Amino acid sequence: MNDLSAAFTSAVALITNLDAELLAIIGLSLRVSLSAVALAALIGLPLGAAVALSSFPGRGVVVALLNALMGLPPVVVGLLIYLLLSRAGPLGEFGILFTPAAMVIAQTILVAPIIAALTRQVVFDLHAEYDEQLRSLQIGWWHALATLLWEGRYSLLTALLAGFGRASAEVGAVMIVGGNINHVTRVMTTTIALETSKGNLSLALGLGFVLIALIVAVNAAALALQKFAQRAHG
Amino acid sequence: MRWLIAIVVAAASLAGTASEDQRPVTLAATTSTDNSGFLNYKPPLLHAGTGIDVRVVVAGTGQAIRYAERGDADLLLVHHTASEEKFISDGHGVERYDLMYNDLVVVGPETDPAGVGGLQDATQALTEIAQKKILFTSRGDDSGTHKRGLALWRDANLDPAKNGSGWYREVGAGQGAALNIASSLGAYCLTDRATWLSFRNRGTLKLLVEGDRRLFNQYGLIAVNPAVHPHTKADAAQTIVHWLLSEAGQTAINGFRIGDEQAFHANAKPSS
Repeated sequence: MNDLSAAFTSAVALITNLDAELLAIIGLSLRVSLSAVALAALIGLPLGAAVALSSFPGRGVVVALLNALMGLPPVVVGLLIYLLLSRAGPLGEFGILFTPAAMVIAQTILVAPIIAALTRQVVFDLHAEYDEQLRSLQIGWWHALATLLWEGRYSLLTALLAGFGRASAEVGAVMIVGGNINHVTRVMTTTIALETSKGNLSLALGLGFVLIALIVAVNAAALALQKFAQRAHG
Repeated sequence: MRWLIAIVVAAASLAGTASEDQRPVTLAATTSTDNSGFLNYKPPLLHAGTGIDVRVVVAGTGQAIRYAERGDADLLLVHHTASEEKFISDGHGVERYDLMYNDLVVVGPETDPAGVGGLQDATQALTEIAQKKILFTSRGDDSGTHKRGLALWRDANLDPAKNGSGWYREVGAGQGAALNIASSLGAYCLTDRATWLSFRNRGTLKLLVEGDRRLFNQYGLIAVNPAVHPHTKADAAQTIVHWLLSEAGQTAINGFRIGDEQAFHANAKPSS
């Protein structure tokens, strides 16, 4: 109980003092995870919609695979990206191991299947609903894909938020490909792991509360934006 | 592969990657040197001494050496001389230098159920722990301290990894995590002194065994060989090596304290 109240106290102190170091760590966490979600959306939204609107042999397998990949273990993805980006690996010449870019790549791979799988479901359901209308308007495949993505935008926001939740909460991948370098690749989750290993348990948990507050804030902002847009569109 | 490279480039531009020339030196350093605050002391030790930007990637000795072998680090600061010498003889490093030392210690619960407190002989202490089957947490992560622990068990003619079931716990984690577990379980644990001094979750753990010659803990410094890894920042790495071995560098090492204890003792051989 003592530890927990100490953690609350340190969380409050962290938030009220917000020193430059913590702000930089929070900033990097947001930059990396939001970049990853943006890239993953570029891949996942069209991919999910395409799978929803296509019929081809083995489609069921692709859907099952897409759903299963939502559970990709971060530490495995981290290791895979590490081996690719390592100097001895195929993409070593880019020299981006232990940089934020490497962390963005790893998180993109973690998040893309989540966005793709959820998008597929949203677009699939919408398609069932609008099928006749789309047919009667003789809308082409690409046009239908874009239309359904647009129609589903409010539900798809939840898919993006699910992806953001995954990215901002994982530690396994960013630890391996980022290296947790002070002032360079140290994000909230790796800081928490580091402070835990130093035995600063209440500081670590305090940072954890700050991270949770951050995720809540991002979600609240997204929902407020959604409300605003819905109202504007009537 | 094409799309992968496209993503890499896109991500790199999004996150902003330094170009190759501006890339700072990457130092793969053992946990104890970083967790204790030694390398990221304010101002950061190496930058203050050399003006060079250094990125420190922290890992156990085994993993740090593998980073360097794959060309992912420019400099190596670790503490397992045999592994370091193998790294050199395999051609990955230019030269190995003694940099500094501290010592390993055995910590355990205050109540000291194995009765090892104050023993000078580390193997005798381990034998007592084994005979009484008191919990012992081993890192089991191929780190320098883990390897030293294994050597001590061998000296005691014991093989707990094989037949220590029940009391010998391989936690497969860094020093801090191993100490956290020891602290919760009331177990004994082998640790380097710097990590112990800076560890904040001691609970009932106490320093019990120290001073055995076999617990001497030498740190070695190696620059990665540019002949094998052409992209390495060889010049900057050499500058850092020279500075650390110089009188200024050695004085800075001796000046670092945790609380009021000196954490590392500089012992580079004066250059001839």
